[in-house]
Amino acid sequence: MGWFLEHAWLIPATPGAAFAVIILFGKRMPRGGSEVGLASMLAALVLSAGTAYQWIARVNDSHEEVPAALSRWEWFRIGDLKVSIGSHIDGLAAVMLLLVAFISTLVQLYSMEYVRGDRRYTHFFAAITLFSAGMLTMVLAPNMVQLLLGWEIMGLCSFLLIGHWWEERANSEAALKAFWTVRVGDMGLLVGIAMLLAIFHTLEIGAINEAAAAGEFDNKNLLMWAAVALFIACIGKSGQFPLHTWLPDAMAGPTPVSSLLHSSTMVVAGVFLVARLYPVFHVGLDMNIAGQRFNLIAVIGGITVLIAAGLAFVQNDIKKVLAYSTVSQLGYMMMGLGVGAWTAAVFHIFTHAFFKCCLFLCAGSVSHTASHHSFDMKKDMGGLRKKMPVTFAAWMAATAALCGLPFVSGFFSKDEIIDSAKNNDYKVFYIVGIVGAFMTTAYMTRATYLTFFGKARGGAAHFVHDENARDSSWQITVPLVILGSLALVSGYLNAPIFKWHWFETWTESSIGLPLGEGIFAAPHPPEFSWVSTAPGLALVAAGFGVSLLLCRAVFGEGTSGLRGLTERNVVLRAGHKFLVNKYYLDALYERVVVRGIAHPISRAAYWTNQNILDGIVNAVGQGGRRTGDLVYKYIDQGLVDGAVNGSGTTASGAGGALQPVQSGKVNMYGALLFGAAAVGGLVLVLVNS
Amino acid sequence: MLINEFLLLGAVLFCIGVYGVIARKNAVLVLMSIELILNSVNINLLAFDRLHAVDTAGGNDGSVFALYIIAVAAAEVGVGLAMVLLIFRNRKTISLDDLSEMKG
Amino acid sequence: MLFAADIEVAQTIGFGIIAAFMIAGALNVVLSKNVVHAALSLVMVMAGAAAQYLLLAAEFVAVTQVLVYIGAVMVLFLFGVMLTRAKLGKDTDLNNDKGWAFGLPISVLLLGVMGYVLLDGFKDTKISGSGEGRIGSAANVLLSDRIFSTYALPFWALSFVLLAAVIGAIVLARKD
Repeated sequence: MGWFLEHAWLIPATPGAAFAVIILFGKRMPRGGSEVGLASMLAALVLSAGTAYQWIARVNDSHEEVPAALSRWEWFRIGDLKVSIGSHIDGLAAVMLLLVAFISTLVQLYSMEYVRGDRRYTHFFAAITLFSAGMLTMVLAPNMVQLLLGWEIMGLCSFLLIGHWWEERANSEAALKAFWTVRVGDMGLLVGIAMLLAIFHTLEIGAINEAAAAGEFDNKNLLMWAAVALFIACIGKSGQFPLHTWLPDAMAGPTPVSSLLHSSTMVVAGVFLVARLYPVFHVGLDMNIAGQRFNLIAVIGGITVLIAAGLAFVQNDIKKVLAYSTVSQLGYMMMGLGVGAWTAAVFHIFTHAFFKCCLFLCAGSVSHTASHHSFDMKKDMGGLRKKMPVTFAAWMAATAALCGLPFVSGFFSKDEIIDSAKNNDYKVFYIVGIVGAFMTTAYMTRATYLTFFGKARGGAAHFVHDENARDSSWQITVPLVILGSLALVSGYLNAPIFKWHWFETWTESSIGLPLGEGIFAAPHPPEFSWVSTAPGLALVAAGFGVSLLLCRAVFGEGTSGLRGLTERNVVLRAGHKFLVNKYYLDALYERVVVRGIAHPISRAAYWTNQNILDGIVNAVGQGGRRTGDLVYKYIDQGLVDGAVNGSGTTASGAGGALQPVQSGKVNMYGALLFGAAAVGGLVLVLVNS
Repeated sequence: MLINEFLLLGAVLFCIGVYGVIARKNAVLVLMSIELILNSVNINLLAFDRLHAVDTAGGNDGSVFALYIIAVAAAEVGVGLAMVLLIFRNRKTISLDDLSEMKG
Repeated sequence: MLFAADIEVAQTIGFGIIAAFMIAGALNVVLSKNVVHAALSLVMVMAGAAAQYLLLAAEFVAVTQVLVYIGAVMVLFLFGVMLTRAKLGKDTDLNNDKGWAFGLPISVLLLGVMGYVLLDGFKDTKISGSGEGRIGSAANVLLSDRIFSTYALPFWALSFVLLAAVIGAIVLARKD
């Protein structure tokens, strides 16, 4: 085992230590701690590159199945269960490490310019460094506990970063929404881990995968529920339908955060978890067995692809378009995993990270330099292509990749997923895939048109007419150029069209399942053929054409009958409204779930309290008083004064003794508590003796 | 010794504590009564720990939990007294009679 | 029938004396008209409890009891008494009106139920005050093993509880 493989634990440890340094001493440093963050990410990048290099060497040297490189130390013990901490390096982990370290480094470089002068500059870098550390911890986790640790660190940091400008109420609300929505899913992760422990009696990921792939478990049903529970966690984290609502709101954070969150960390974590524990999902959900048309993962992924792409059409905020695009692409990845295209899905994580990060950084560059920190495409952008050549070129490269134009990276990963869906008999998802590709091209054309073409509006108008205006400074453009180039070429690592399968060779041992036929086997990736690609490409071209025409008509210069159509036509207006309101899902959660379920419960409790408990108390009290009154009225006349007074006192005493039940006094509640305990104990003793 | 000696001592202390919680008005004294209750529980735990000291290999669980209860009690007193202090600062009294905003 | 040898006379007598002090102290805690006296009586109860732990051969817990309760918690209580400016002499306003009317029946009932259950359930089950089982440093070794292996997770949880309590106490008691 090489040095880098053995010492892979240093990769998350370096940024982790950097976080501590930044938060403790950052404010006193000349550059507010950002230099420490960047240096630690560079170190992590070098270490990950070494790890990836040694892993590739290991794969190339060996002619058989390559075992994962493990180094572990005991962390703690609970009874007989030993929980370790350490690193588990295989193809998947190596790819992800490299990806996360690379993107984080570029994003930190970009942030040094973008958040310059921010009042919480140091805290921003501390949080973003810890965020990367969390993702790296999760990626190389050898067991579920370390995975959970990294997962939760990321959840916390995403909260901190999304709410970075918390002085505005909307931002802190978005942060809370992200945190709580993801937490809903996290319950699934906890339950799933507990179920895995119950099924396999171990938490080691390698051992779990082997046992699941070999069918060494007692209860198939339990495994299915474990897979479902874990998948709920992935739905929350990866913004899949129906828990995707937090992702677009998370745009409230600074742009570098959005780009990091949406490209290589956080949202990818859910997809990564499915890829990591693929045998559990594959066996638990009976994927790829003969005659299966649907399974949970593919269905959720497919729905997400379409609804998110639909939502991307009506957004005016450029970052929200990209956010929904991310949701949609994550849907592709999930769908890919669901239809058995493991390699293609993981490869899509890889290529998507580059072009989506690039798109976000371009959006940030436009907003930072040209449109006075506005992200509104309709109000403050347009006509920027000449003034911002670098940004424009990077954007176009990344857009081409996202749309899957032939011979750029998205083509090799996305079409591979669509091909596999067809090849593995998931016809419905094949159609979903190509329709999704059509929609992707259409909404990206619209966004590109609004941002870079047409007439300059609002903030952009000042910029375009300013003689001295230049493209953004080098800290911003260098990452853009690097990412844009990678968006173009990264796909060639796995280009079936040329029979290049390097990526597949390096990662296939991580699938954990044998390739080929049978229940416990993953299908081979399909051969490339133009015939199966052609419908998708045709639809991409159609999407581009239709959208361009519509954009020219609706947003272009000159008048057209289409302008303002959504206001005039009833059907279109209804559809537009439906989309603008995000299919009313937020309203559903707010009104139906919160008001419909939580409020009636509290109202019922209040009603019980007011009417029943008070009623009893009052009734007893009044009954006592009335008895007293009656006693006073009828018996008093003939009886001694003392007896009369006594009964009156008894009556009001009875009322007075029961009224304190609702007194609000701590002592009385204590008395009730212990009194009830004593009576309950007495009843138990009497019943049992 | 009989285990019941200890358990009955615990029961007596517990009931005295319960009396204190119900009858006392001063918040600090109520907290003290709660400490009595916690102590009585600890005596029980250690008595059972001793009871099982001979026969089981594991054992010692009672002591462990007694230690944890001591730590939790310390936390509880810390927070409890901080709350009492805050109440005193805002209202110039710590009489629980005056704290009846929760009245139904 | 119980014989003298079975019941370990010396320990039983020791237990009885300490128990008498503890009960007297506890009664003073809940009945005293002086807050400072009540607090000092509580010290007596806690010291008595520590002595009982020694009788039960749990030295480590006994020492912890002295350190934490008598050392820390009691100081907190006395500070609480001081900062809330309780009267240092007799204070007639410490009890609820008619507090005894609720407290006495409930606690007597509770004592009756528990006493009956205990006497009925354990009858004359014996525990050994000395000699048998784990005592001495071996017991402490075993105890620490249990805390840091089997019960490591509650230990962690507890550390978080303490952290939260520390932060909470600061937040609550801060002046601004």
